Amino acid sequence: MTVKHLFESMDYGPAPEAAGDALAWITDQGARFGHLIDGAFAAPGQTFETRNPATGEVLAEITQGTPEDVTAAVAAARRAQPKWDKLGGKGRARFLYALARLVQKHSRLLAVLETMDSGKPIREARDIDIPLVARHFYHHAGMAQLMEAELPGRTALGVCGQVIPWNFPLLMLAWKVAPALAMGNTVVLKPAEWTPLTALCFADLCQQAGLPKGVVNIVTGDSATGAAVVAAEVDKVAFTGSTDVGRKIREATAGRGIALTLELGGKSPYIVFEDADLDSAVEGLVDAIWFNGGQVCCAGSRLLVQEGVAETFHNRLRARMDKLRVGDPLDKSIDVGAIVDPVQKERIAALVDASGGWVYRAACEVPAGCYYPPTLIAGLSPADPLMQEEIFGPVLVSSTFRTPDEAVQMANNTRYGLAASVWSENINTALDVAPKLVAGVVWVNGSNMFDAAAPFGGVRESGFGREGGWEGLSAYTKPAGKRGAMAKPVAPFDGAEAEPQPVDRTAKLYIGGKQARPDGGYAQNIYDKRGKLIGQAPIANRKDVRNAVEAARGASGWAGASAHNRAQVLYYIGENLAARAEEFAAGIDRLTGGKGGKAEVAACVDRFFTYAGWADKFDGRVAQAPIRGLAVALREPCGVIGALCPDEMPLLGLVSLVAPAIALGNRVVAVASEPFPLAATDFTSVLETSDVPGGVVNILTGPQVDLAPVLAAHLDVDAVWSFSPRVDAAKVERASAGNLKRTWIQTTARDWQGAAGEGRAFLEAATEVKTVWVPYGA
Amino acid sequence: MTTATATASPTATQLPQTTEGRNPGMDLDMDWVMRARANRSAIERRATTLPGRRSVKKDHQAAWLARAISCIDLTTLSGDDTAGRVARLCAKARQPVRPDLLAALGLEGLTVGAVCVYHDMIEPAVTALHGSGIPVAAVSTGFPAGLSPFHLRLAEIGESVQAGAEEIDIVISRRKVLTGDWQGLYDEMRAFRAACGAAHVKAILATGELGTLQNVARASLVCMMAGADFIKTSTGKESVNATLPVSLVMVRAIREYHERTGYRVGYKPAGGISKAKDALVYLSLIKEELGDRWLRPDLFRFGASSLLGDIERQLEHHVTGAYSAAWRHPMG
Repeated sequence: MTVKHLFESMDYGPAPEAAGDALAWITDQGARFGHLIDGAFAAPGQTFETRNPATGEVLAEITQGTPEDVTAAVAAARRAQPKWDKLGGKGRARFLYALARLVQKHSRLLAVLETMDSGKPIREARDIDIPLVARHFYHHAGMAQLMEAELPGRTALGVCGQVIPWNFPLLMLAWKVAPALAMGNTVVLKPAEWTPLTALCFADLCQQAGLPKGVVNIVTGDSATGAAVVAAEVDKVAFTGSTDVGRKIREATAGRGIALTLELGGKSPYIVFEDADLDSAVEGLVDAIWFNGGQVCCAGSRLLVQEGVAETFHNRLRARMDKLRVGDPLDKSIDVGAIVDPVQKERIAALVDASGGWVYRAACEVPAGCYYPPTLIAGLSPADPLMQEEIFGPVLVSSTFRTPDEAVQMANNTRYGLAASVWSENINTALDVAPKLVAGVVWVNGSNMFDAAAPFGGVRESGFGREGGWEGLSAYTKPAGKRGAMAKPVAPFDGAEAEPQPVDRTAKLYIGGKQARPDGGYAQNIYDKRGKLIGQAPIANRKDVRNAVEAARGASGWAGASAHNRAQVLYYIGENLAARAEEFAAGIDRLTGGKGGKAEVAACVDRFFTYAGWADKFDGRVAQAPIRGLAVALREPCGVIGALCPDEMPLLGLVSLVAPAIALGNRVVAVASEPFPLAATDFTSVLETSDVPGGVVNILTGPQVDLAPVLAAHLDVDAVWSFSPRVDAAKVERASAGNLKRTWIQTTARDWQGAAGEGRAFLEAATEVKTVWVPYGA
Repeated sequence: MTTATATASPTATQLPQTTEGRNPGMDLDMDWVMRARANRSAIERRATTLPGRRSVKKDHQAAWLARAISCIDLTTLSGDDTAGRVARLCAKARQPVRPDLLAALGLEGLTVGAVCVYHDMIEPAVTALHGSGIPVAAVSTGFPAGLSPFHLRLAEIGESVQAGAEEIDIVISRRKVLTGDWQGLYDEMRAFRAACGAAHVKAILATGELGTLQNVARASLVCMMAGADFIKTSTGKESVNATLPVSLVMVRAIREYHERTGYRVGYKPAGGISKAKDALVYLSLIKEELGDRWLRPDLFRFGASSLLGDIERQLEHHVTGAYSAAWRHPMG
């Protein structure tokens, strides 16, 4: 082809990024890799091949990590941790800074390795992944530097087991390793089987940074190795990957008392209103669903277009798709690279082939091999499987809506809740819709924007925990100090004697703002310390749980009430309780056979005042993301919280859980103290006289051990808190895997009347962080 | 010099009306105009990432740079222009790149797209370009501010056409955009177009003075509806001239106009494009957003004066492998 021909054709031609240096690095390392354990590369063991998906060529031999390897790595991390922690934040900051610098210095090597191993376009590795990696280490160098000053009372968790996916191999490593190290943890990281090379190159950088041995350990291998990391003696498991595996990890870690964060799949909506800049919204989709070939957990994979512009929008979209360039990921002019593995490509093809709707494959050239054409499946409705199932490939599905409300309904009609995009030029529409979307991240007029300062993570079955920003640090720290073990369950008083009552009192369940008889029609006699019958407490069963959750879900308007109004209600509860303080104190004393009733009621009134105070002060934050615009980390209520109350302090235990939850807009289904339930049933009359909308607080009494698993398994409950000594944490956490609800299972003692009985820990548990990105420009 | 028979850039195709059905314009469709949206942050993201998304290397790059030359409106718009200065520029327009380099590239006969001058320089330019087939473009209508009496602006067009300008670069009344007088803008543009007769008309929006990208989008549509053959960013005299975000908005308007009417309107970014690399990015923007058909001088022009010099150096580097120097290339 002569210049003259090219002058006429105006083709792009090849623009290959040279692979020589990256290949030389692999060769220099022997093209056979062992694990990084205790500061040194171990001799390779049994190996498997990692291949370039674009060419099929073998890049290197990678060691299949055995459980013994994992044990050795965890032991090394364990040995290194105290010294790393003791080094202090400022000392650790220097290492994180060095790692950031090293990533920048070797940026092209890392980018090319990433592209060769994963098949992602070199542009993305070079311009997005690697700069974000460096940014993450810089940001967390700062976090380490500031830790002692800004996070007093927080300390490292210990050894973190981290399992990461193949779609952003080095970026996910950075998201896991940087905050862990900054906070004084040591790590055992398992990169994905298909994409281990940049993690191994990072191991090389750790050595260049002079990182103390054992602080970072990298064990390669397949899912069995990952399972070994999860099963190992670690203090925390962090996982990014599929929802199915996340569920298994939730089950596998149930009851172990270790921290867990999961960043899982998604089917993120991409909403286009008729007043959007349609051309920009089409271009935004290129970044949403064809970024990394759609192999992105937060890919905008579910297009929802307002009916009036749907035809125009789809026409422009198809025209845009035809312009995408699919091919050699090392070519600088490629938009969509290779699918990470032939297995994945076949999976995508099978899903598309089985789908209804109008399938449009981009008319661009698609090379033979591990490539899949950009695809649009239009005309689907929420009932179609591909509107619900994650495809994890360059396939967009679409549907239409009529009104903003319908857009929100359709967007939220999913088990996932990772990300969402909203396109509208109307600030009212955009800022009204964004908070209503059930997602951890919302991009207004954009998609796939990330930054180390802006928390990222999901709700619902997209997982829990945040990565990035101050909010992300709670995933790698815990309160300092040791807590004693939780007290043994308190045995209820037994007795036989009854005294005549002036008028019989009937305690009932409190569901949906009404006194409700238990579905089963059973009640339990409650005696005082002298063995005298006080009254009967209803025995709730699973149907009462169902009814209570339904009532709580129905009271969603509470979340929309202003914080000021919620505070007013909390103050009012406190006021009304104070007016009846003597009665409640006497009741508590009789129930518990103690003398602390007066102090307990006073503490309850105080607690309502505390959370009334907090209601309009647990603010979000504007993250300093490098955009012209706002990246706002909002604190949103979790939703419906199931709360299992402690045995002791029958009123204060209940209030300590209910007050923070409702202060921030949640609705609660509380299961009262099992030995002393009548304090809770008495309390319902205070709620009834305090303007608490029906369904916001629901109170059940009965055997916690039976009710807890029902709550934990309930798919419409968003979080379960247990402060009960009777509840089997393993059972609850295993059951919670159904919808991956958040769990907060207390296994240590807590001084309910002291500082530990209230405050930020409760507020954080009661909220989800939603990061809303609002880029702007006149 | 006579027109080369085997030119790489047949001058017959440099005027839109010779190969495309000329945009006749249409009634002002205010519904369409008012629905135009331009989200600045999204447009800037697209513009910022574009240079990283497309890369043209080696022979392809040389061909693209030659294509850029063929699309240059080689321009001099200075108060001190003289017939002699314009004649030099025209000589450069005929032979924009050293003959030995063009021979090495196999692109003998390559010329620029047009020469762009003020009214008084039309005659010297036409004389100097005689037989080359290179059209003369004249800036008009009280360029650059467009604030002289309307009848004089119309008369200026007529005189420039009479003087031999085949392309007229008019300036719109920015105040009509800034006050939302879309009908007024339409009527003005219609009158300019009519005054141009057979000469083809480029509408200079002076985007640096329109305030918002949404105004740029709307003004683009109104001018096309009123029969503009080209829409052009800037006079080169505003403090902000051609930018990629503005270009994205304008070419998207052109694309939509083509989708709805079937007529292709040309695009001319002007001012501030001085590097070969910038030219490549602009060409890839046009290729991506409008398609290959627009990568021809009848539908795309660079308004530039110093761009050619940088491209010449890059082409010599391509041919010899050694980095070049400005003084090795004949000045215009």
